[in-house]
Amino acid sequence: MSNPEFAIETRALTKRFGDVVANDSVCLKVRAGTVHGIVGENGAGKSTLLKMLFGFYQPDEGEVVVDRTAHTFADPSAAMKTGIGMVHQHFMLVEPFTVLDNIILGAEGSAKLEDARATARGALAALERQFGFNLPLDTVVEELPVGVKQRVEILKALYRGAEILVLDEPTAVLTPQESEQLFALVRQLRAEGKTVLFVTHKLHEIMAVTDDVTVMRAGKIVAERKTAETSTGELAELMVGAKVAREKTREAHGERVIRLSLKNVSANNDQGVRALKAVSLDVHDGEVLGVAGVAGNGQTELMEVITGLRQVAAGSVEFDNVVIASPDVATNPITLRRMGMAHVAEDRLKTGVVESFSAEDNAMLGYQREPDFSHRGILKLKALAETAKRYFESQDVRPRNPKLAISSFSGGNQQKLVIAREIARDPQLMIIGQPTRGVDIGAVTKIHDQITELRNAGKALLVVSADLDELLAISDRIAVMCEGELVGIVAVEDADEKTLGLMMAGEKRRAS
Amino acid sequence: MAAARKLPFWADNILLPALNLLAAFVVSGIVIWALGDNPFQALSLLVQGAFGYQEAIGYTLYYATNFIFTGLAVSIAYHAGLFNIGGEGQAMVGGVGLTLGVFAFGPHAPLLGVFAGIVGAALFGAIWAFIPAWLQARRGAHIVITTIMFNFIASALLAYLLVGPLHRPGGQMPESADFPAGTALIHIHDLLGMMGISYDNNPMNISFLIALLCAWGMGFLLWRTRFGYELRVVGKSAGAARFAGVSVSRMTIIAMMISGALAGLMGLNELLGEQHRLLANFTLGYGFVGIAVAFMGRNKPLGIILAAILFGALYQGGTEVAFDIPNFSRDAVVMVQGLVILFAGAMEHLFRDPISLLFWRFAERKAA
Amino acid sequence: MKKTFGRAVLSLAASIVMSVTAMAADFKPVVLYDIGGKFDKSFNEAARVGADAFKAETGIAYREFEPRSETQYEQALKRFARRHADLIVAVGVGYAVAVRNVAKEFPNVKFTVVDAIVDLPNVQSITFKENEGSFLVGMIAAMKTKTNSIGFIGGMDIPLIRRFERGYKQGADYVRKDLTFTENYVGTTPSAWNDPIKAAELAKSQYARGVDIIFSAAGPSGLGVIQAAKDAGKFAIGVDSNQNYVAPGTVLTSMMKRVDLAVHRALAQAKDGTWKPGHTVMDLKDGGVDYALDKYNASLITPEMKAKLDEARAKIISGELVVGDVAGSNTGR
Repeated sequence: MSNPEFAIETRALTKRFGDVVANDSVCLKVRAGTVHGIVGENGAGKSTLLKMLFGFYQPDEGEVVVDRTAHTFADPSAAMKTGIGMVHQHFMLVEPFTVLDNIILGAEGSAKLEDARATARGALAALERQFGFNLPLDTVVEELPVGVKQRVEILKALYRGAEILVLDEPTAVLTPQESEQLFALVRQLRAEGKTVLFVTHKLHEIMAVTDDVTVMRAGKIVAERKTAETSTGELAELMVGAKVAREKTREAHGERVIRLSLKNVSANNDQGVRALKAVSLDVHDGEVLGVAGVAGNGQTELMEVITGLRQVAAGSVEFDNVVIASPDVATNPITLRRMGMAHVAEDRLKTGVVESFSAEDNAMLGYQREPDFSHRGILKLKALAETAKRYFESQDVRPRNPKLAISSFSGGNQQKLVIAREIARDPQLMIIGQPTRGVDIGAVTKIHDQITELRNAGKALLVVSADLDELLAISDRIAVMCEGELVGIVAVEDADEKTLGLMMAGEKRRAS
Repeated sequence: MAAARKLPFWADNILLPALNLLAAFVVSGIVIWALGDNPFQALSLLVQGAFGYQEAIGYTLYYATNFIFTGLAVSIAYHAGLFNIGGEGQAMVGGVGLTLGVFAFGPHAPLLGVFAGIVGAALFGAIWAFIPAWLQARRGAHIVITTIMFNFIASALLAYLLVGPLHRPGGQMPESADFPAGTALIHIHDLLGMMGISYDNNPMNISFLIALLCAWGMGFLLWRTRFGYELRVVGKSAGAARFAGVSVSRMTIIAMMISGALAGLMGLNELLGEQHRLLANFTLGYGFVGIAVAFMGRNKPLGIILAAILFGALYQGGTEVAFDIPNFSRDAVVMVQGLVILFAGAMEHLFRDPISLLFWRFAERKAA
Repeated sequence: MKKTFGRAVLSLAASIVMSVTAMAADFKPVVLYDIGGKFDKSFNEAARVGADAFKAETGIAYREFEPRSETQYEQALKRFARRHADLIVAVGVGYAVAVRNVAKEFPNVKFTVVDAIVDLPNVQSITFKENEGSFLVGMIAAMKTKTNSIGFIGGMDIPLIRRFERGYKQGADYVRKDLTFTENYVGTTPSAWNDPIKAAELAKSQYARGVDIIFSAAGPSGLGVIQAAKDAGKFAIGVDSNQNYVAPGTVLTSMMKRVDLAVHRALAQAKDGTWKPGHTVMDLKDGGVDYALDKYNASLITPEMKAKLDEARAKIISGELVVGDVAGSNTGR
């Protein structure tokens, strides 16, 4: 085997989705034997690039060069054969199988499972020694903590002969300690001659672990730097581009009317584990309270207790000075909507819309009992069609056809429709989850502007987002959650990524 | 990606079912040929026997009535995201409810007895579906398993009642006494006769019209009412249902009860329309065939009616073939029906991908 | 392709119409079997044998139908009645209510029902004194048993089958009074006729309890009893048809109920114009029931046994010995 300078190189890789150019002539160069970071905001095109590298998407133009040979991967297995291994953000493991069975799955090499297992054990022992793993091979995967599952994925890729490991947002689901262990492993991999592609939007991780860094914005590579020669500040600027001065849109608050108030609210998750621990916070009229945190630290449950989707175990939620949720009180979402609360669901496709319904049918989801949509139980289909048309026009949803299934719209257009539906009744309080997740770049700014407009019109908004830059751009105050607790609330003037990052890791507390 | 492309309405709803049916007939024909009979003769007898003369049409629609009821039952549960395999048992228990209603009121007021029978059939069917629904909604017992089990329980219950409390006095078979005089649904040929149209005697009765009404009612309920909208939301996405303030467990119970009531109504046709007594085994697997009918009919009322008529024709025509070709035993009839279910129900997507690909290519060429 | 097919359909349709008209002048009988089906090696098969014999003698074809469930009884009867069948022979107790209903609706069609009594001017009912035949096989069982324990397995638990049991028991008692007697029924619904697996389980358990001869009056289910007997090296007694050949050496004898004679006679009478409605009982005297003795079981029935059986048979025929009956065993309500 030759020893090329670059482990992976892409040549003018381009991918379009309809009118949106997700990747525009991307020329990535990854030196062999290095840890190479790719940073960019959500929607910058990182995921699309990775999917093309791994054969999930086929590029419209350009090619991938691995080991001096140009490829267009028809599917992931073709990519794997050239030595690319990928660790996805969402693990591809069969939960009820053991670690060993997961690793050999699809690469058994023998019809008799016991033989395959025996062979694999030998090979894995060698790999584990080489890279300093210590995995419980006979434990069922679903019993393992997240960090260990990730190591199983990495070992799985190595077992398949990966020379280049692609890690997609590997720390999104990890605790700080687990992240540190991951970094150690990444360094070990590099020491053993592997190439690692490390994709993230967290700048301190780039500084901590990479040799080179590529910055993406709006589907293009905007900069390439040696990590040692750059700083988080420079990278942040590169990522965001010319940042809008957010102070401009912040208008002075009027009277500080408390619209929503949580008092020592606790709740359990679906598994019966306490996921929300004695959270107290207020949301005022004319403000956006951002909620930050690593995914899975109680933000989802927080939104659910407010919007009537989850039973409160202790404490109370008050809306307009009325207790809407407590251990003895549960309020139907329909009632909450009538009281003036709107909810843009965090998981749009699972909760916010019915994927297989038409856009029109989705335009009344949650409001189906309002008199404009039904009378004595009979639907007013004509009124619904007119309403949907109005929503489409007011938010510029495209294509302009409400009869199409909602799934045939892009994420951004789906979200626009959802927002149109939720603001149609002029709610006083809005609970918004991941406002721009899965939304194309074009729609992000519009959604942010809309949130600011609502705030300026005196509405109270609570916005949960995994995207710190988004929160910094739109919030007045940012509440940070970690392990179900409210770590603290900081005014946006005093907040920066570093402080918030430390708070999200639970390392630093700050009173509001 | 081609497979994900949408087909035009006519291709999806006419061409594909027709191809599935054709495939079923081709395979059946090969088997019939291998058995030493002429497949074309069998097919022509089948078509002749199903649609060839007035009585045949009457029989076909008589069977179709059963399938419409059970197909609708499967379908409404399916729209709520539930797989009700218990149509068979719900029909049996519905038959018990019908019989009790008829005997409670029929001896004094026949018309009241008929109404009581209809209500009893729906009510008992609904109750029989309520139990598995409740078990799923509140206790997490999977409805597929429980409804299957409840078929066995219903069958045992029916046998017990017909050997015990409801047994025909002095009779030998597990069947009830005859329904009181006058408690019967009027036959269509009698109805036509009243209007001055002569039609050969056949067992089709007004429960066929009731079935059509139920089909229309289900369509209206699902696509024109708020309740139907909420039911479909529950069926497609439990998360979205909770978001919309709809109780998934409550909807599970209500949808299953409607489903059970529809299955229970099957007894109208068989018992109140034709047999005029409760018989063990009167459901004859119609509840299960309802699953195939619902899927072949794409879970739409009109589709279910058409699929039900197709299956009715298979039952009627198949029996006629069995009358006329000695080699073509009742088992061969079951085989042909099974093949239709296999191709039209279980493997309905067999031709979808190739056809979509064809359409896609064609569309591309046109565009270019 | 399309054209040829269309032509084939047309010509076939035409030929059917022609064949129907051609037959219209002839005698058109129909035989309807019970759920067990015409190849059950027992009751229904006996009916088929009778009809086939008629066909062989006269060259007249008959139509037949095997219902899949009891709901089809009435439907099949009506179907043929509407097509002006000359005689519909319905075989089986299950047809009682159905024949009554349909015969009322079609007073011009002749019906013969076997095993049930329907009192209508266009219905001929044929029943058998199964208790008399069962008496004889009961005697054989009593003379043959080594464990002094004999068994009975009935199909569906109805008075008709109780009558078999009654005669069987009485015949055994007639030989000796010291026998242990075990009885089981496969079920209470018509599916009991078609459940050889359950019947075999019942037989196994009887054999395990010391029974060495079982008489099964269970139609097709009885084949399970014979199989169990063969596996256990014990004896079984067949029913309805002569089942001795099914497992020579295992089937001790068969209680023949000559449904074939009944069916044949009804068909022949209808053809000759001597068919009359009313109730006919076929008994030992006119050969309607008997025990089977042929090459398959000749070695099992000793001359002494045969002598005793002949003696008892003579007594029954002369009326000196009356075999008890069960109330309600042939009703047509």
